[in-house]
Amino acid sequence: MNNAILEKVNIFIVDDESSVRDSLTKWFEEFDYNVGSAADADEALEKFKPGKWDIAFLDIRLPGMEGPELHHRLKEIDPHVTTIMITAYASVETAVKTLKDGAYDYITKPIDPDYLIHLISKIVVQKKLVSENKNLKKRINELCRFDKFIGESPQIKKVLDLAKTVAQTDTSVMLRGESGTGKELLAQLIHSLSPRCYFPLVAVNCGSLTAGLAESEFFGHEKGAFTGAMYRRKGKLELAHQGTIFLDEIGCIDSKTQMDLLRAIETRQFTRVGGNEVINVDFRLICATNLDMEKAVAEGKFREDLYYRLNVFSINIPPLRERRSDIMLIANALLKTIAAKMNKVITGFSKEAIEQLTNHEWVGNVRELRNCIERAVVVSTSPVITPDSFTFEKPSLPSSTDQSLTALEKEYIQKILDQTGGNISHAAEILQIDRTTLYHKIEKYGLCR
Amino acid sequence: MQIYIIPLDFEDEEILDRLAISLKQVFQIPISYVPIDINLKKGWSQERSQLNSTWILSQFLEKGPNDNSKILGVTVYDLYTPILTFLFGEAELEGRAAVFSIYRFQDELYGLSANQENLEKRILKEAVHELGHTFGLHHCRNYDCVMHSSTYIEEFDFKSENFCEKCKSILHEKMNN
Repeated sequence: MNNAILEKVNIFIVDDESSVRDSLTKWFEEFDYNVGSAADADEALEKFKPGKWDIAFLDIRLPGMEGPELHHRLKEIDPHVTTIMITAYASVETAVKTLKDGAYDYITKPIDPDYLIHLISKIVVQKKLVSENKNLKKRINELCRFDKFIGESPQIKKVLDLAKTVAQTDTSVMLRGESGTGKELLAQLIHSLSPRCYFPLVAVNCGSLTAGLAESEFFGHEKGAFTGAMYRRKGKLELAHQGTIFLDEIGCIDSKTQMDLLRAIETRQFTRVGGNEVINVDFRLICATNLDMEKAVAEGKFREDLYYRLNVFSINIPPLRERRSDIMLIANALLKTIAAKMNKVITGFSKEAIEQLTNHEWVGNVRELRNCIERAVVVSTSPVITPDSFTFEKPSLPSSTDQSLTALEKEYIQKILDQTGGNISHAAEILQIDRTTLYHKIEKYGLCR
Repeated sequence: MQIYIIPLDFEDEEILDRLAISLKQVFQIPISYVPIDINLKKGWSQERSQLNSTWILSQFLEKGPNDNSKILGVTVYDLYTPILTFLFGEAELEGRAAVFSIYRFQDELYGLSANQENLEKRILKEAVHELGHTFGLHHCRNYDCVMHSSTYIEEFDFKSENFCEKCKSILHEKMNN
């Protein structure tokens, strides 16, 4: 027997036979349950209050009002009450009618105590799960507040207001902003505030997908669909069913994938690579880009129809240099988190350090600020961070000055790649760009790792 | 305070004597027999071939000793209440009267050969369990505790004839109040 049977349970019994009420009451009281009873519907309606009773046993035949009608009335008072109908005359017809009416179960007199004990146990376990689920959802909601996206500037407040508004809808969202402004973080916030928050948020970095890989990544594949496809694999769209799919660096997807994606977004249907089964999916779409999409459309690099399908609701995240009042708020929050993680006692920044942080250009935005503070926490030996701990200066530029900006960029990236032995993460950190952008540039310039 | 044992058509005096000795060890109060004149036919259901346990308890209270003692009936007949198919026993929670049946404790009922040791162990567990209710103990979640609720015989055999520490302490408190 499940231990849950012995949890405190409130049971309400409605039966016109006093012997039934009394013997059930006595039996339940031995389990230390709280038991109440009524002889007819009027008394039941008078004694029944919302939230007071967990389980109600109702006789099908009652004077004044039939049990099924009383069941409806009690459910109106408290929709969470679990009702069990008691009948002296078992029939399939009665059982079906009772269950159709929304009762949890029906039992015939006399009741097998073993069955009764298991019935109560099942209900208690179910109620505990429902209540646990409710509490967990509440905790998730508490955890997923706006705290992670720090900022009090009017620009960022506007962004958060827009995100909060659009989160409640199913509208596709396009997030725009420079690298490091927090597009993925904002996508997470929109998802966490949406009705889909208890379903997955599946992120796809389109910048890291090659043309051949994209199809399988988005739509999945069947076993044997291509060499190496040893198992059936679900695609990202399928994994995002009922949740949200976040397509980062959307401007990087190739034209074939753009077409496939457009069809899947329009119909919410697709087939896995190598399969015939039509998969129906329900997802919400959030895209992000740091490219000029209008230009990409004008140049024919991005499908216009897909662009309009994705760009229903656009949110521009301002770069850090345009909201300087947020810099120290973010810096202090980052310092607190990073210092705690590194187990260092650092209380804040010196006046000079604050001045430098506030005036810096932050081309790499919050990502650059984070890296800067992380480095400062590592090297700092005092409880207050001073400007000595910052390393704002960029590595020296290539010597020749008669080259174009593109050539300079290409040469410089290659140099850093050589320095880091082709380590993308390290190189991206030095260049203060994200890994996807670096991959994109390596492909664009045909660089060697 | 004392416990009165009332046999209801239960004729094995040796079993009752051994039960009385065990109960005295458990509850540390005098145990004795008292005859009460009850016409069991009045509580008998012809339709169900069972004895109404709630009716028995009412008879104990009406005709039994009128003091603060506990009254424990032992019968060979299967027990029922109007709403339940059967009961191993019934007691007044924090009251005076209790009754149990040996009917479902007999291995013969389950197609096995008679086993006196099993029977007497079950009788002692049920007597202690029902008397525990009369002292105000509820069912206990500890599977080993005698106050654990049992609705079938295997579950009954699983528990011990002893109170768990928690129930023991509640019992001690109730008996001394």
